[in-house]
Amino acid sequence: MSTTHPSVVGEPPALISTPVAALARANARASSAAEASHSGVWVAIFAITMSFVAFTSALFVREGASGDWTHLTLPTILYWNTLTLFAASATFELSRHAIFVGREFRSASARSGSGWLLLTLALGLLFVAGQFAAWRQLSSQGLYLATSPNSSFFYVLTVAHALHVLGGMLALGWLVRQRLGGQPLRRRSFESTSIYWHFMAVLWLYLLIVLRTKL
Amino acid sequence: MEETSVQPTHVHAPPQGFLWKHVFSLDHKVIGKQYYALALVAVFTGMFLSWLMRFHLVWPNTPIPGLQFLSKVGAPGGLITPEYYLSLLTMHGTLMVFFVLTNAPFAAFGNYFLPIQIGAEDMAFPRFNMMSFWTTFLAFLVLMLAFFIPDGPPISGWTAYAPLSAVGGDAGPGLAWGQNLWAISIAIFCAGSLLGALNFIATTIDLRAKGMTFMRMPICTWAWFITSCIALLAFAVLLPACILLILDRTAGTSFFIPSGLVVSDHLQPHSGGSPLLWQHLFWFFGHPEVYIAILPAAGIVSHILINSMRKPLLSAKVIIYSMMSIGFLSYMVWGHHMFLSGMNPASGLAFSFPTLTITIPATIITLIWIGSLYGANLRMDSASLFALGFISMFVTGGVSGFFLAQPSLDIYLHGTYFVVGHFHMVMGVAALFGVFAATYFWFGKMTGHMMNETLGKVHFWLTFIGTYCIFMPFHYLGLVGNIRRYSSFVNDFMGPLMPLHKFITIAALCTGAAQFIFLFNLVYSRFKGPKAPDNPWQGTTLEWTVPSPPPWNNFGDTHPIVYHDPYQYGVKGSKGDFIMQDSPEQATGGVAG
Ligand code: HEM
Ligand SMILES: [Cu+2]
Repeated sequence: MSTTHPSVVGEPPALISTPVAALARANARASSAAEASHSGVWVAIFAITMSFVAFTSALFVREGASGDWTHLTLPTILYWNTLTLFAASATFELSRHAIFVGREFRSASARSGSGWLLLTLALGLLFVAGQFAAWRQLSSQGLYLATSPNSSFFYVLTVAHALHVLGGMLALGWLVRQRLGGQPLRRRSFESTSIYWHFMAVLWLYLLIVLRTKL
Repeated sequence: MEETSVQPTHVHAPPQGFLWKHVFSLDHKVIGKQYYALALVAVFTGMFLSWLMRFHLVWPNTPIPGLQFLSKVGAPGGLITPEYYLSLLTMHGTLMVFFVLTNAPFAAFGNYFLPIQIGAEDMAFPRFNMMSFWTTFLAFLVLMLAFFIPDGPPISGWTAYAPLSAVGGDAGPGLAWGQNLWAISIAIFCAGSLLGALNFIATTIDLRAKGMTFMRMPICTWAWFITSCIALLAFAVLLPACILLILDRTAGTSFFIPSGLVVSDHLQPHSGGSPLLWQHLFWFFGHPEVYIAILPAAGIVSHILINSMRKPLLSAKVIIYSMMSIGFLSYMVWGHHMFLSGMNPASGLAFSFPTLTITIPATIITLIWIGSLYGANLRMDSASLFALGFISMFVTGGVSGFFLAQPSLDIYLHGTYFVVGHFHMVMGVAALFGVFAATYFWFGKMTGHMMNETLGKVHFWLTFIGTYCIFMPFHYLGLVGNIRRYSSFVNDFMGPLMPLHKFITIAALCTGAAQFIFLFNLVYSRFKGPKAPDNPWQGTTLEWTVPSPPPWNNFGDTHPIVYHDPYQYGVKGSKGDFIMQDSPEQATGGVAG
């Protein structure tokens, strides 16, 4: 490594402390913390993907391991739930439109978009309720967690996904609270929540395909 | 187009009151120290367990006074039963691998120094950071609880191989609630580590100070960053594996338990599971885990050696790229732990190749260290001694890896003390030497007091000689055929090896005792050590620009600006033979040496 490295030129050391400089620094700091929430959500998505990859490869190995792999008819309500979750993604996008696009959002309508956000939250809740109904339906057919490897994986995958959806709803609920309270909304935390929320829909689609073709 | 408002100046407010300052602190420095303290408790507990095991191996009929109070069933009259030996073994391995080798080099020092070295005020998500420590702490409590239940700790080893770990109480002591606690503890540990890794990654990507490009980060920062990427993937796989294990144990599923398994005359009510599945999932985590332990130590050692040689390494960039390729390759080699598991022999071969490939970057790193050390004028203090000791252990342990990587040789060596010798050298002792080096090097920064150098050197020589006396003979024992995970060798063909075992046990007792010198030095220096200057080693990186110990917001009200590569040593600067990263002055002289 060369020791005579070209350095950043013309940057005065940030030692002078004027109110203006302090404010500029404060803004820089806050925005980089919000940056972090942005990359944080991508890192989290990466880890969650990896966990579900682990679950699915366990499914493949388990299927190949022995002869007790049976077939399981998915409850039809799962398809309705899929629609619900994608509708929830759409309403989230509509809230983005209402909040950030084409309007002066520091004006009186500081609460704009909270309707769409609430609807998103409701649809998320409906999805989880729908998944619950699917579990009830399976168990009424005598298919419990330990009944067969297929039912085991069904419950493990859907419950793990539902828990992650609930996590997303916590973040959503926080956005709604801020919105209803008329508090300023940081674009980045909104974006982070939306990335996670859409990821939940995509992850569910992937799981549905796995469940449909493998179980 | 952003909605903005009055923003808080700091990531979090200065803490008030004892509880918020020292217990539920959001400050990455306090959290780093908490991880260190937890690792310290774990390492002494783990060491104590190893004493019990070594003592029992060579004096199986001598009672250990008081042990019956720890477990009436496991150590009646102070004599360890074969099953309880395995319980101690399991707890020793689990404590050391998870709570020491993951926590100390990575979580403790990473937390403390990563934000400072990149010029940040704290981690990206201080609240998550606090949660990751307390989650890890909870995992520790849950694990330790296993000692205090009637059943005792599990006997399935730190790798918890199924079906033994999955079937429950029929299979032996500790396999009912003890194993549940183990699985729950590790699952919690995974959650804490995932949070921590996420924080490290986001912090490194987003909170670097102005001018701190990726290539200007110190090598240890790089090591922590790469390690957190590895940890993110590894723990994201171990967590699902633990969940499946818990379900097999408590909910009657059959992920890992095969059909028709009869244990203690009981036909197990499971069917069709795959014990190999557990091994695949576990080692997919387990091999990367060994690099989670060693890479931070390698980074720390590079950082320290550069400072005490007063010159840059031959190539810091190549070290960083080699670490990256180790991280990448570490995901393709897990099967080398399974050569004997009954998996397809062709896959054994397929795992052997990447395993041998991974030795290339490891060798490159070692050669860079040795090449840079050649002819260097090293400052011989405790920190550099332990750094050199690290290299020695890493090489000694790495060489045995070449043998183990070949299925035909490993078939013989797999179940023996040879493997035990290998991983204790290359992972256990090497990573601990990294932690010791880091402690002697950074203690002044972390506490404001310097450690005692004489005690440090005594500690080094006793530990260095001691660990070689313990772990080198393990290789020999393994070659002779001494099997691992057995509680007694007295009455079989291994009887003639007993004198060697006695030597090892005595060495282990002495080396362990020498660690109390370190503990004393730690506690004594914390209160009575001479006051630490801000930059005692004339270092160049950002941690030396802040007071010792740094204020709660690290850089006070300023934000550092970085002008240089991290290691401007051997140049003519205004303060001596170095220029600090945040100093705008230009180097005029060339590299010395
Ligand atoms: C030079 C590169 C290395 C090679 C080729 C290598 C190879 C191997 C192989 C083939 C095994 C399996 C032996 C068996 O179970 O029969 C093994 C075990 C092990 N290695 Fe390495 N290794 C290397 C470096 C490392 C490093 C750097 C670490 C830790 C920092 C490490 C830690 C371990 C551990 C913990 C085990 C045993 C786990 C157990 O069975 O309980 N190895 N190594
Ligand atoms: Cu390995």
